[in-house]
Amino acid sequence: MLKRLLRCIGEYKKPAILTPLFMIGEVAIDCLIPFMIANLINQIKAGCEISQIIRIGVILLIMALFSLLFGGLAGFTASKAAAGFAKNLRHKLYERIQAFSFENIDKFSTASLVTRMTTDVANVQMSFMMVIRSAIRSPLMFIFSIIMSFYMGGPLAASFVIVVPILIFGLLMVAKKAMPSFRAVFKKYDKLNESIEENVMAMRVVKGFVREDYEKEKFGKASDNIRRDFTRAERIVALNNPIMQFCTYFNMIFVMLVGSQIIVTTSGADIDVGQLSAMLTYGMQILMSLMMLSMIYVMLTMSHESMRRIDEVLCEESALKNPENPVYDVKDGSVDFKDVSFKYSAEAEKYALYDIDLHINSGETVGIIGGTGSSKSTLVQLISRLYDTTVGEVSVGGINVKDYDLNTLRNAVAVVLQKNVLFSGTIKENLRWGNNEASDDELVNACKLAQAHDFISAFPDGYDTMIEQGGTNVSGGQKQRLCIARALLKKPKILILDDSTSAVDTKTDALIRQGFEKYIPSTTKIIIAQRISSVEHADKIIVMDNGKIINVGTHDELIKSSDIYREVYEQQTRGGADNE
Amino acid sequence: MSNVNEVTKKPRMDKEKRRSLMRVIKMLWQAYPVLVPLTAACILFSSLVSAAPALFNQQIIAVIEKWYVSGDWASAKAEILPLIGVLIVLYILSLASMFTYNQLMAYITQGFLSKMREAMFNKMQDLPIKYFDTNRHGDIMSHYTNDIDTLRQLVSQALPALLQSVMVVSVILCIMIYFSGWLTLLVLLGVLAMMLVTKKIGGGSKKYFKRQQKAMGKTEGYIQEMMSGMKVVKVFCHEEESQADFDEINNALFEDSYRANAFANSLGPIIFNIGILLYVLVAIVGGALMIWNVPNFSLSGMPLTISIVIPFLNMTKQFTGNFNTVSQQMNSIVMAMAGADRVFALMDEEPEVDDGYVTLVNAEISEGGTITETNKRTGKWAWKHPHQDGTTTYTELKGDVVLDMVDFSYDGEKQVLTDISLYARPGQKVAFVGATGAGKTTITNLINRFYDIADGKVRYDGININKIKKADLRRSLGLVLQDTNLFTGTVLENIRYGRLDASDDDCITAAKLAGADDFITRLPQGYNTVLANNGSNLSQGQRQLIAIARAAVADPPVMILDEATSSIDTRTEAIVSRGMDKLMEGRTVFVIAHRLSTVMNSDVIIVLDHGKIIERGNHEQLISQKGTYYQLYTGAFELE
Repeated sequence: MLKRLLRCIGEYKKPAILTPLFMIGEVAIDCLIPFMIANLINQIKAGCEISQIIRIGVILLIMALFSLLFGGLAGFTASKAAAGFAKNLRHKLYERIQAFSFENIDKFSTASLVTRMTTDVANVQMSFMMVIRSAIRSPLMFIFSIIMSFYMGGPLAASFVIVVPILIFGLLMVAKKAMPSFRAVFKKYDKLNESIEENVMAMRVVKGFVREDYEKEKFGKASDNIRRDFTRAERIVALNNPIMQFCTYFNMIFVMLVGSQIIVTTSGADIDVGQLSAMLTYGMQILMSLMMLSMIYVMLTMSHESMRRIDEVLCEESALKNPENPVYDVKDGSVDFKDVSFKYSAEAEKYALYDIDLHINSGETVGIIGGTGSSKSTLVQLISRLYDTTVGEVSVGGINVKDYDLNTLRNAVAVVLQKNVLFSGTIKENLRWGNNEASDDELVNACKLAQAHDFISAFPDGYDTMIEQGGTNVSGGQKQRLCIARALLKKPKILILDDSTSAVDTKTDALIRQGFEKYIPSTTKIIIAQRISSVEHADKIIVMDNGKIINVGTHDELIKSSDIYREVYEQQTRGGADNE
Repeated sequence: MSNVNEVTKKPRMDKEKRRSLMRVIKMLWQAYPVLVPLTAACILFSSLVSAAPALFNQQIIAVIEKWYVSGDWASAKAEILPLIGVLIVLYILSLASMFTYNQLMAYITQGFLSKMREAMFNKMQDLPIKYFDTNRHGDIMSHYTNDIDTLRQLVSQALPALLQSVMVVSVILCIMIYFSGWLTLLVLLGVLAMMLVTKKIGGGSKKYFKRQQKAMGKTEGYIQEMMSGMKVVKVFCHEEESQADFDEINNALFEDSYRANAFANSLGPIIFNIGILLYVLVAIVGGALMIWNVPNFSLSGMPLTISIVIPFLNMTKQFTGNFNTVSQQMNSIVMAMAGADRVFALMDEEPEVDDGYVTLVNAEISEGGTITETNKRTGKWAWKHPHQDGTTTYTELKGDVVLDMVDFSYDGEKQVLTDISLYARPGQKVAFVGATGAGKTTITNLINRFYDIADGKVRYDGININKIKKADLRRSLGLVLQDTNLFTGTVLENIRYGRLDASDDDCITAAKLAGADDFITRLPQGYNTVLANNGSNLSQGQRQLIAIARAAVADPPVMILDEATSSIDTRTEAIVSRGMDKLMEGRTVFVIAHRLSTVMNSDVIIVLDHGKIIERGNHEQLISQKGTYYQLYTGAFELE
């Protein structure tokens, strides 16, 4: 998994590798500085010339400058590498998602995909930056400081032999104990927030049933439960500070006690006051680097979940593959279903479609009627190969849909989905989704056919009117008509309207249908509708129930032969003798 | 110059923020009146100790100096050991207090957060519906996630770190002045320089972080839009264009993100190395002062010797380090205050006022019509109406609702309802028909007092509803809404939400009444099936049926059905409507519906347009009027 993610570093490999290199430079200097300072202190103590002090001072200044340079450069390259890594990750994720089939899209929810591309990538970016800056720096700092302290301090370095294992052990224990508790409590925390959201959304129900106190009590319990778990986890982590401080103090006392003895007994021959203070600095550096390592460990385990979630998307294989030698031409708009059964996932027990056999001639108008859950939408989505059949085959123009180039097929089969979406941008831009090269005349023609031209022209900005995200500034019926126009611009061989005129009044609905008959007679039109009036005049009406085709026939035939059709028809026209 | 502007624009600790900070501290203190001061004392003590070694260093080095030439360890030891002994004792005490406050902090922080969460949640339950209609749910949620998180940062990190650093800085400053005035001056000058640089770079960093935030928002918006429209993208083979657009936004985000982090990353090394610079300067100046025997200027009056210069050098480091912590923590406190402000804004929201005094009580009604109050559940209810003269009258709850010349506006500007008068006799079914925004839902919002009317009167069994206690008013009204909201829990629990003391049998009976029993018993665990995510494992129609059962178990005399069957297809609706019809029997019912088939059998159908009643009557009357209702019925136009 890590390998797959790291491949996304791509062109930012250079800064990613340079960062630790710069860090090596910085660390080396940072470890030499206390050494020079010890020198300086010893010089001062010995009461030497001021020129000597200044000489060492200048060396130190130069070292500080280089350290600054390396540190700054590393900061620069690290942020570039991490931001680049994040950029590529997002790009890869987006690319992957573009290749998703409907089946893949159903599997991940919109919200989860958004989180993966934002929060999760940001988490990975932060930990990646931390790792390339510190994962090399801290161990190096640790090693250099140990070397320097043994070199300079001799016996004083013995202190670290005692302290370091204690600290490592302590930090490891804390991390190991705390991590699982945190992971568990975070999950609970998410649940708590979900329940708050539930409460906010259901506020009318809460108030309507006067359940305020009940909700308070319920929440109080849950919140207290979380508090207990959180406190338990945090109290483990709270041990880190005292452990660290214990080691610092121990080192301090050891160095002072043993150090002063050595200095006094040897009259400063091996070790002098300068070394004494340098040892304290090294001590801090060693302990800090260990602390840092444990932080990296925690950070990595925290972001592990994010990495897993990103990887999940990257690994998701599109359920639909373009064939090897695809067909690039759709002959006509005829559709055939041969013994088709379908279920949404391999694990699903229930088939969404059973034994569908169906032939639709090119240019026919076909209506589909059925209750919710009767799989009307599922049926038509197989035609443009938004899903693959589980059993049997679907052909368009006499050729199995699996043999077509996907783009060719989908350009020939235009689907106006039930869940219509317009994108932020002008009406024109939205329409051009159907055909990038469409001329203004073509746009107007399509809109006229979809009965959208009149209301578009009534907008002050006409075809340049901005559509807000989600199309919130047009009414439901207008949105549906725009979506139909957008689909018409594709000049499809087959046009599928999946309950696309539900918010359009019956008169306009009828006008749209008449337009279809007149201007696009050769296009196969498949219309899913709730209203009988929308499908009444179709060449063929399909009645579906529970994933099966119950009846096929014309309106008059079905009124006689189909119980369901008759029931729906009567319900919709009940008492309406004066209807039309 | 633009840079300077950027710096001056950074969040300031203004009066309001200071007040919020004081409020947080006060709440903290009130929540833990013993533990908070104890924690503070422990923090202060351990930071005092961590600043102390300088003094010991100085003395130990002085001892070393003294016996250095003679090499007499025995005599030196006699002087050093007591010093170290004292230090060890101090360290042990400090460790103990450190352990204590770290444990206490964990306890206090989580306890405090839990209290804040509960306070917010409880407050939220008391807010009027208006609050939820005018604030986006995402914004309300972020109080519980982001804002609480900034409070956690504040309480668990910023405040203790600030306390600690301020303590260390002031102790060290005292010791420094005690040792040497000249060197202290030098260190202070260095710190000043450091502050200037931090401010400069910090300003740049802040500028880019703001831009990064913006770019992030843009990227997120784009992703959000495209992910929800993914199926449309696929249907139109628009993948490549969409990818190209995304890459452009993604690249912009990269540019800002990397600059912002580059600034932030370089701040660390810069500060660290200025520290070193200062350290070197102190060493050089200290050395020079010693060599040239410049008279020391200090509180202690000690001459400047090596035993002062060395601890001074260490103190320089500690001082600058802690000084940086102080300024960093100040920043994070200012940031946390923004979160705290939002939390307090929620807590300070005006709760729903309820000055009603008429209450709903169980009643026994004798044959003569005399009403006596009782504690038992009798199935009969009465309004208990205390009067000013001390007497109390009882009115039987019947479900007689009258609206008399009601005007209403949500914002005080746009009139939503004008001059609405209507009555519903007990047991009648009143339907509202009209386009979105015509004011149908608003009328029901007024009956259960989710909103209060501006002008006119609403009477319930002859009592002005303003006099009725809201909780009691709402208990007498059942509610089934278009968006069914179910809660995480079993089906049974969800039904029982309507009446908490309902037995399992009561709930099942209600489910049977609503026609929901059939599908519930076919669920894997029947009535004990756990619903999650607002019952996403059920179909819309099934959820609606549970909501109807929930209202049925409450058994209220008046029901409000707001588009309760709108998203069900006609066939399923036939099943649901059987349950609804049973539920409506013998009750006063207000129905709002899109589909006319649901309202045709109403006693009164009221057609609304732009907040006014334009037609009223039963189905036959309205059809014969050949007005708007007739047009709707014949499909000449469709409601949106």
